[in-house]
Amino acid sequence: MTDAPLLSVRDLSVDFARENGRALAVDRVSFDLAKGETLAIVGESGSGKSVTALSIVRLLSYPAAGHPSGEILFNGKDLLKASERELRKVRGADITMVFQEPMTSLNPLHTIERQVGEVLRIHRGWSAAKCRERTLQLLEQVGIPDAAERLDAFPHQLSGGQRQRVMIAMALANEPDLLIADEPTTALDVTVQAQILALLKELQGRLGMAMLFITHDLGIVRRIADRVCVMTAGKIVEQGETARVFAAPQHAYTKKLLAAEPKGAPPPLDPDARAIVEVADLKVWFPIKRGLLRKTVGHVKAVDGVSITVREGQTLGVVGESGSGKTTLGLAILKLIASEGRIAYLGQAIEGFNAAAMRPLRADMQIVFQDPYGSLSPRMTVIDIVTEGIDVQGTRLKPAARREAATQALSDVGLGADALDRYPHEFSGGQRQRIAIARALALEPAFIVLDEPTSALDMSVQAQIVDLLRAVQAKRKLSFLFISHDLKVVRALANDLVVMKDGAVVEHGPAAEVFAQPKTDYTRALLAAAFDLEAREPEAVAQ
Amino acid sequence: MTDAAIAAPPPSPGAPPMPAVPAGKLSPINRRRLANFKANRRGYWALMLFLVLFVVTLFAEFIANDKPFLVKHDGAFFVPALVTYAETAYGGEFETEANYRDPYVQKLIKDSGGYMVWPPIRYSYRTINLNLPTPAPSAPTWMLTDEQCSKASVGRTPEGDATPTQGGSAPKARTCADLEWNWLGTDDQGRDVLARLIYGFRLSVLFGLALTLLSSVIGVLAGAVQGYFGGWTDLLFQRFIEIWTSVPTLYLLIILSSVLAPNVWVLLGILLLFSWTALVGVVRAEFLRGRNFEYVRAARALGVSNRAIMFRHLLPNAMVATLTFMPFILSGSITTLTALDFLGFGLPPGSPSLGELLAQGKSNLQAPWLGISGFVVIALMLSLLIFVGEAVRDAFDPRKTFR
Repeated sequence: MTDAPLLSVRDLSVDFARENGRALAVDRVSFDLAKGETLAIVGESGSGKSVTALSIVRLLSYPAAGHPSGEILFNGKDLLKASERELRKVRGADITMVFQEPMTSLNPLHTIERQVGEVLRIHRGWSAAKCRERTLQLLEQVGIPDAAERLDAFPHQLSGGQRQRVMIAMALANEPDLLIADEPTTALDVTVQAQILALLKELQGRLGMAMLFITHDLGIVRRIADRVCVMTAGKIVEQGETARVFAAPQHAYTKKLLAAEPKGAPPPLDPDARAIVEVADLKVWFPIKRGLLRKTVGHVKAVDGVSITVREGQTLGVVGESGSGKTTLGLAILKLIASEGRIAYLGQAIEGFNAAAMRPLRADMQIVFQDPYGSLSPRMTVIDIVTEGIDVQGTRLKPAARREAATQALSDVGLGADALDRYPHEFSGGQRQRIAIARALALEPAFIVLDEPTSALDMSVQAQIVDLLRAVQAKRKLSFLFISHDLKVVRALANDLVVMKDGAVVEHGPAAEVFAQPKTDYTRALLAAAFDLEAREPEAVAQ
Repeated sequence: MTDAAIAAPPPSPGAPPMPAVPAGKLSPINRRRLANFKANRRGYWALMLFLVLFVVTLFAEFIANDKPFLVKHDGAFFVPALVTYAETAYGGEFETEANYRDPYVQKLIKDSGGYMVWPPIRYSYRTINLNLPTPAPSAPTWMLTDEQCSKASVGRTPEGDATPTQGGSAPKARTCADLEWNWLGTDDQGRDVLARLIYGFRLSVLFGLALTLLSSVIGVLAGAVQGYFGGWTDLLFQRFIEIWTSVPTLYLLIILSSVLAPNVWVLLGILLLFSWTALVGVVRAEFLRGRNFEYVRAARALGVSNRAIMFRHLLPNAMVATLTFMPFILSGSITTLTALDFLGFGLPPGSPSLGELLAQGKSNLQAPWLGISGFVVIALMLSLLIFVGEAVRDAFDPRKTFR
């Protein structure tokens, strides 16, 4: 630490107006950031890390938000006391930000040139020609191919990774002293994430700026940060050199966080187990219609000729980047979307079944979705959510028996009967996902499609859900189709693995084999990005 | 963390869940909405005032009526406000309903040792005051001089009900206090304006409520079907609505009213034909958005039928938009009825209608009490409803922050 740090946050508190008074979100945090240094703030959702970062440039929604205490010294000047006018000079010039969601942080109606050029025009007052020249240079710097042609592109014409590169170009435009990156890679595929991290690290070294990196992913912290602050419940519980914190964590929470990686091994592979679900040459093609008469000119092949078998008590993992057709495959097997090709449940062909014919089978084939916030109806109590399937299946239960069934399903996922009469919003993300799993289990199915059930959850909660799924599987001899882009979770659950790319299966085999000796470049790139956060063989993956 | 989450950071995952909601109580979100509604003082008091006015006018028969609500005759009790009695019941001559304003009937009752308990206003909306001091439209009685009043015969005397013989020359009033007052004057047919306002308010609000509820039900159902099924259903239905709403309602009403005899139900039906489209757009949008929610997908994976998904999972989302719009649709419905009455294509002649009162005010500019009282009542009613609507909108606004 140098004598005069670039940024010095002292006793910063943030609170928000609530119905009953004000709720403290950040409680007296202090940290310093020297020139050219990278500081990571790590914590789970709700820990106050994003709020801390946003209050540095006062981007919270005031006056609902307030700062009961603290000062933020940037180059010796207190930003909390600065006027809005002075702040505007700092924002976008000396301190810039990269946000999490590249899909929504660019204005869809402005071209790339206009968005990047705007920062230059405002802070430097340059002419259009000069802005254009600098924009081009920036786009090349962040590695956008054919930058000159991309100047007039609109955000929707770029991929997620390219948009995030544009965001970074905007942030770098005025050569800031400090770049605040708020989960800049969370919304991206693992392979793209690795590229963006490499880019940020390289640019930082070249431009000598300081970087404040907000993330929940310890792998990223380990790779990119010089020092790390661990936040939980609005407080910084531990800070220090990254290597030291990882090697010898002091605080109990840090230890818990470090130990929270999904662990354990899947049940042993048994190729002779009874086939529960067999899918042969499954196709889901969405027609592309053009012209006045909406003639079909081609198809988007979301799933193209996939054949898989899920066996009793086994887990088939399906991995791939976003857009590879994993989720579509899961929905098609459950006949939630139209598809072509053979789908068999216990040897019975179900591809021709209509909704009424499928209804009895719904009890045997269930699904758990990715987003526990979206998959539970906010206006139903937990008991209604969990027993809805039983009601639909025609068994009219007496209230007492219904309660009994719901209690049983909840206890299988580690929740108590006191949860029954509450509404979903009263539960945390992990608890909600347990409720969603309980809903699927209540019907006592034989087969469950798990569509990224851990992606929306914090790391420590992910590990709990993985353990829960494995325990439930062993207890009930369940078969899982486990869809995920997170290879760490897949490794802990799946004993059979399918790697998908652009709707087709590129690699298929026992999980242990695929992880140990990947056969295709694509699988190798996925593994490298997931486990080493390395951007390898970029030609094999999407840009 | 997304931007929305920054404005309102979610509770940390480790935080203990809030205490369970006891069954039968309001859920926290509804409690918040109620608190928000009450926080809008103007809207809250507008609702209270409106409810008081509405409940009071619901009992209009006991406030302004040409029949007493209790009669004692020959030791027996009669309730003319609720039951129809022939004049013969009181020892009269005709088999027709007794006219309690008739001095002859009044005398029969008084002579039998009985009495009558009258509502505060002794006119119904269709009672014609045959005893006007000035030609109709007659000014409010308190605006008249004693000299003008003395031209009318006495409706009642300070000693009690007058007892002039039927057809005989009634004694003339000495002062205005001797007369039965028309507090807000009479219209051009000699009917009491106050009584007509009370009945007219009731009819307008009831008509508006019926039209609003029916068109909301139809609109929500139509919007739900369109939004949920989408595709061709949606496309064809939307085109149909576009054509339907481009039909000029007023001309059609004028044509229809020359074919059909207008009464309240016919009018309700015709207006309903065109008003149900108001909510289709919002409900359709909510369903379009909601049908891809994961909990709807989850319900489908459980085998829940389309109808159950629409009612149990999607409708509650659409209800927020519907309820927010409702007070505004209600005031719109009332305005439509008033406008039609004003033009003369509305309720049948003789109905207590605010629009007709306004039309009378327009054609009798020498009688400003018609126009002014009609205007005040309509303005008050619509303002109250708009204030209530604003408060409802606040209550359902999830972004409203507490300062």
